[in-house]
Amino acid sequence: MTGKTITEKILSEKSGTDVSAGEYVEARVDEVIAHDVTGPLAVEAFEDVTGEDRELAAPDSTVFTLDHHAPADGVKAANNHNVVREFAEEYGAHQYEINDGICHQVMIEEGFVEPGDLVVGADSHSTTYGGLGAFGTGVGSTDLGTTFATGELWFRVPETLRFEVHGDLPDGVYAKDLILRFIGDVGFDGGTYMTAEYAGSAVGDLPIHQRLVLANMAIEMGGKAGIVEPDERVVDYLEHQAGLETSIDPDLASDDDATYEAVYTYEGSDLAPQVAKPSNPENAVDVDDVVGTDVDQVFVGTCTNGRYEDIRIVADALAGEQIAPGTRLIVVPASGAVYEKCLETGVLGTIVAAGGTFQSAGCGPCAGYHQGVLGDDDVCLATANRNFPGREGSMDSRVYLASPATAAATALYGEITDPREIGTDRYDDHATADPGVVR
Amino acid sequence: MSLEEPGRAWVFGDDVDTDQITPSRFIVSTDPEELATHAFNDLRPEFSANVDSGEFVVAGKNFGGGSSREHAPLSLIGAGVDAVVARSFARIFFRNAINLGLPVMICPEADRIEDGEEISIDLDAGTVHNHDTDETYDAEPLPPFLQDLVDEGGLKPYTRKKLDSA
Repeated sequence: MTGKTITEKILSEKSGTDVSAGEYVEARVDEVIAHDVTGPLAVEAFEDVTGEDRELAAPDSTVFTLDHHAPADGVKAANNHNVVREFAEEYGAHQYEINDGICHQVMIEEGFVEPGDLVVGADSHSTTYGGLGAFGTGVGSTDLGTTFATGELWFRVPETLRFEVHGDLPDGVYAKDLILRFIGDVGFDGGTYMTAEYAGSAVGDLPIHQRLVLANMAIEMGGKAGIVEPDERVVDYLEHQAGLETSIDPDLASDDDATYEAVYTYEGSDLAPQVAKPSNPENAVDVDDVVGTDVDQVFVGTCTNGRYEDIRIVADALAGEQIAPGTRLIVVPASGAVYEKCLETGVLGTIVAAGGTFQSAGCGPCAGYHQGVLGDDDVCLATANRNFPGREGSMDSRVYLASPATAAATALYGEITDPREIGTDRYDDHATADPGVVR
Repeated sequence: MSLEEPGRAWVFGDDVDTDQITPSRFIVSTDPEELATHAFNDLRPEFSANVDSGEFVVAGKNFGGGSSREHAPLSLIGAGVDAVVARSFARIFFRNAINLGLPVMICPEADRIEDGEEISIDLDAGTVHNHDTDETYDAEPLPPFLQDLVDEGGLKPYTRKKLDSA
């Protein structure tokens, strides 16, 4: 018998059957999450499938956030918020408010997710939980609404693509650069239906907030999940970040003889900062290829790169400087706790003093709703996860994706700038440390 | 189930993501008919005003990538689209379509269909017929688990049955 991947182990455990890639299972779900866009449809699906005696299968692990349109940017969005509030109140689910932040960040900060959990979210970036060694996957609202009722959902056990990065990463190269490179190499649909598993010494050395970035963008290669084998660093992170006492099952790791769809191997020292050109994340190139491209706006935030450590890099790089004239810098913290931490540590003041705009917590302009939507012909460099046509506004706008360090350097010069050019010693310590404490 | 009545094919290219099917700014609604008025709003502005019930969306590889929004398949249902035929689908869109009862067919030869041609599909036989060229293309059969789910009428009837028997 051949060994199993961590994905096969988690889905075997949660389904109570011994399964391998390609098999279909119904599995117990540990946490379910929806937000203000997908929540109302999930509520409809739940009410549709349940009879008179409606109840949630697991109210304590059913979570709603208000993050995409927070605070409400229109009447319909405000009404959607009220649908979510009323539903959570009636059925006893957890519900977070407009100042609390993005679903995935809130779930992690609040200690809902542990290594080995099976998490489904009505949000495609529910893959993020893989940074903690959980299996997280995005589903639609009907999937989620039925899971509210039954606590179970069907899954096809996915094959796994393994990405190994050996050695050390050079200064100025972050998890964001790794994931953009991986997506560029396999393509926007290169991981469809599969788990992206990240391993190797350079990945093991990544602080948790950066592992979350790798897992988060697995969906941008079509992935069902992204995962990093959990270790003691996850235990420490959850203790400091969420006040959660946990331990790692030593078997929660892929076996040496597990079967992979493909294995991609990289040497850390060969890697450079990456930028994904418009209008697909798969258009990743070394930053050298696009250096000098004029930008109108730099956006730092999202469930990918809106954590304290990300914003801290930007503040450190901008300290005592001014962003380039004619360039707009928009910073949106991923959660209310991140916002408070930025306030306490002076990060917020540094960004504002440098000419940036610091907004309330949430998804910001990532999906093109508000807080910095792009106009015709606007060019933006964003720490976000998607740059599809029209994603952040006009169909005639263009979005480049990059790391917070590249974003900071770009804001300083008003054109795409290699973050190594501004001196990585200005900001790099904070990226490799593992503060993970926003409380 | 057969949808043997021919209908116009609206042909799209590769990697049409859910932001292009239903742009974010319109998904504050959950009503299929309202969503339908914005389907492909930016990518193909003439679609929503001209699509008729019984017509088909045909696409290249990886249709429906990106966001998990169920508004994307709902908008096509609201528009009266009978089925989506594509070379391949992104995972969440595929799952949502099956859950909602919108037929989706993985057809490796989908790119032989030209925009405006008349096609029909036979879900039981797993074929797509092009009435303009008189060609028939094979679609990949659904795995048995998913076929059972479709035969039950989608995820909601399947779940109701499960809850009733609990």
